Amino acid sequence: MLIKFLNIILLLITPFLMVGLIRKTKAFWGARKGASIFQPFYDFVKLMKKESVFSSSTTLIFKLSPIISFACVIFAGLFVPMVQGQSIINIQGGIIIFAYVLALSKFISILSAMETASSFEGMGASREACFTTIIEPAFFIVVASIMALSKIYTFDSLNMILYSSNHLGYLIILFAILALLIMLIVEGARVPVDDPSTHLELTMIHEVMILDNCSQELALISYSAWMKMFLISSLIATILLPLGLSLWVSLVSFLGVILFISILIGTIESAIARLRMGHVFEFVFVMSSFALVVASLVALKLYGV
Amino acid sequence: MNYYTMKNSQRINLLDIPTIDFDSLVSQLSITNLRPIAFFGADWGENIKLFVSLADDEKGEILTSSALINKSQKEYNSITAQNPQYHMFEREFYEQFNIKPLNHPWLKPVRKNQDSYEFFEIEGEETHQVAVGPIHAGVIEPGHFRFMCQGEKVYNLEIMLGYQHRGVEDLIIKNPSNQLIESVCADSTAAYSIAYSEVMEALSNTKITNKAKLIRLFALEMERIAIHIGDMGAILGDIAYLMGKETFATTRTLVINTMLEITGSRFIRGLIKFGGVNFDISDKMIKKIIDTLNYVEKTTDKMTYAALNSSTVISRLEKTGYVSKKTAQELNMVGLMARSCALDLDSRFDFKNEFYSNIERKPFNATNDAYSRFKIRYKEIKDSIKIVKFFLDELKKFQNEDLYVEPNQLIANSFALSIVEAWRGELVHTATVDGEGRLSRYKIKDPSFNNWWGLSMALRNNVISDFPLCNKGFDLSYCGFDL
Repeated sequence: MLIKFLNIILLLITPFLMVGLIRKTKAFWGARKGASIFQPFYDFVKLMKKESVFSSSTTLIFKLSPIISFACVIFAGLFVPMVQGQSIINIQGGIIIFAYVLALSKFISILSAMETASSFEGMGASREACFTTIIEPAFFIVVASIMALSKIYTFDSLNMILYSSNHLGYLIILFAILALLIMLIVEGARVPVDDPSTHLELTMIHEVMILDNCSQELALISYSAWMKMFLISSLIATILLPLGLSLWVSLVSFLGVILFISILIGTIESAIARLRMGHVFEFVFVMSSFALVVASLVALKLYGV
Repeated sequence: MNYYTMKNSQRINLLDIPTIDFDSLVSQLSITNLRPIAFFGADWGENIKLFVSLADDEKGEILTSSALINKSQKEYNSITAQNPQYHMFEREFYEQFNIKPLNHPWLKPVRKNQDSYEFFEIEGEETHQVAVGPIHAGVIEPGHFRFMCQGEKVYNLEIMLGYQHRGVEDLIIKNPSNQLIESVCADSTAAYSIAYSEVMEALSNTKITNKAKLIRLFALEMERIAIHIGDMGAILGDIAYLMGKETFATTRTLVINTMLEITGSRFIRGLIKFGGVNFDISDKMIKKIIDTLNYVEKTTDKMTYAALNSSTVISRLEKTGYVSKKTAQELNMVGLMARSCALDLDSRFDFKNEFYSNIERKPFNATNDAYSRFKIRYKEIKDSIKIVKFFLDELKKFQNEDLYVEPNQLIANSFALSIVEAWRGELVHTATVDGEGRLSRYKIKDPSFNNWWGLSMALRNNVISDFPLCNKGFDLSYCGFDL
């Protein structure tokens, strides 16, 4: 019960800190002082207090979309293992619910972007949809391969991998994590795929889809985007951390992994430039190839050469 | 052809400029291979007088001619149909005097009549138009950009400007002052102020001291260094290379703060005036400037090295927004952008400025793309730092000279043209004085006036998400164009 409670707290709070930390890391590399790591939270509160304005060309879908997509992400979060590798809801096939609930949230946000009839948002929607179609199968291949290894088809079987490992096992972990990191970058709209701090709407992917949103809607959309980043990081943490740790050690090491990932993302953003739009597809396809490597390694381990 | 050959910033008598038949002037301009640098009309009583100045970059001379057109004449055969270099000039002339160039390929407003104008159209499957502006997302300056796209690929970009047309040319005639000219295009304050002062000094036959000239050129080069560094940071910022963005932004501050110490303004306002300059540079200050510039050069070297060794940066810059030399020539592109397209035009050297004659003109290995536009800024920063040091050294020779000479009255019936290499390129100010010694026409041609079409060409067959990168590479002025 305590673990489930902790998970809910983590799910709600860590996304803010993660984004704050990424921004702080970027500030550090840019020799700036940077805003406090609580700034995303302050922004959220500020936006929540504001009055909503809706374009007259939009309908109910546009108004509902941020709420639905936020609900979807929170719901997906219930299936993700966090402290001690336990999730709040643990059922067989949770991965399918997880992936498709997230897909639903994206579908709704694409619909709402299309509804504004803005040429920018249409462009952003088509880019986002395009990347998702590449990411989704790769994600399934990675997670399903690992599950095939442990033969337990629940989400918390992801960390079984450490116990069934030899050299091959470590390779599987490595490639699975690399694949998930790319997914994290794409889904979180970070450099080198997207530039979250740009004001240039022609180059945006995620941000351009929400140009017409403001106040509470904008707050919810940003919050759910950050939460999605946190969820994927949690998957990475689950793969990395061994089972059977005591509660507090597990909590601290979980947060440690999240901290490390945030700093890593911030450092990547500071060190490299964004890719050309055409090359982003190649980058996303790298995730697919990592996923296939994971699948082949698992096959190798299960069935031998 | 009948021309009056003049030098840069030289006063000539209006009556000395040959006036030839309009039709024969037009037909001769269609076939000449000299670049037009001024093409404008002036109210001439019953008539309209058309002045044309061509640049002979080889000899460093300016050829000026004119034609009288009766106000009842409403059309003529366009020059642009044969010689595309006159495209924007003829559109501007049509807008100001309503004499229609027949067969002009794309006759639409330049600055006025924002309500009704045509755009290129694209039709077909998967094609779409993206209209951006006139209000800029970063709330900088207003301009309307219309992209004709198929998917991500841009077939054509059409640019509409004029949203901040202030009627500067008329304002200057009523109230000629450096304060006014400095605010026309604030990122080229020094260049504008120098061009204005030189025109006025030529028209009034005022001889300013060498010391004042050197301080002006020093300001011009410092402006170039500061803006180029800022632009390099902005280019890297647009491709989300944060380290470069932050480093160049802080480095630029060092340069503009130096100008703040000298002039009291980071953007060099109030330094240059008709007759001389307002502020001196002390020996102590010279030492400080040189120290700062050494540091700036070191930082710029390091950061440029790091950026150009990053594969992601190179991959974004290379082959993005290609403009061929032929296109640059046809569009009459000038200055920095022309040089980045392998068209070596630099009015500092072409028009034989006395102080630049001892400076080596270094070639640039242009690749015509965004990489070229990044690299040429780096090259020019290095060159300008050398030039500034040379000027500061020269300045010691003229220590005892005055900063300011009381200007003379404007001489009646004069014409003068001044070309200054602003950081964007060739800035041309032309002025005429009437029979009573008053300014009667003042014409400004900003380098952006030539180069905006270059941006449009750069975007063809590129992806739409590369627009900001190309735009920053060109970094053209809206207000300098809109006037």
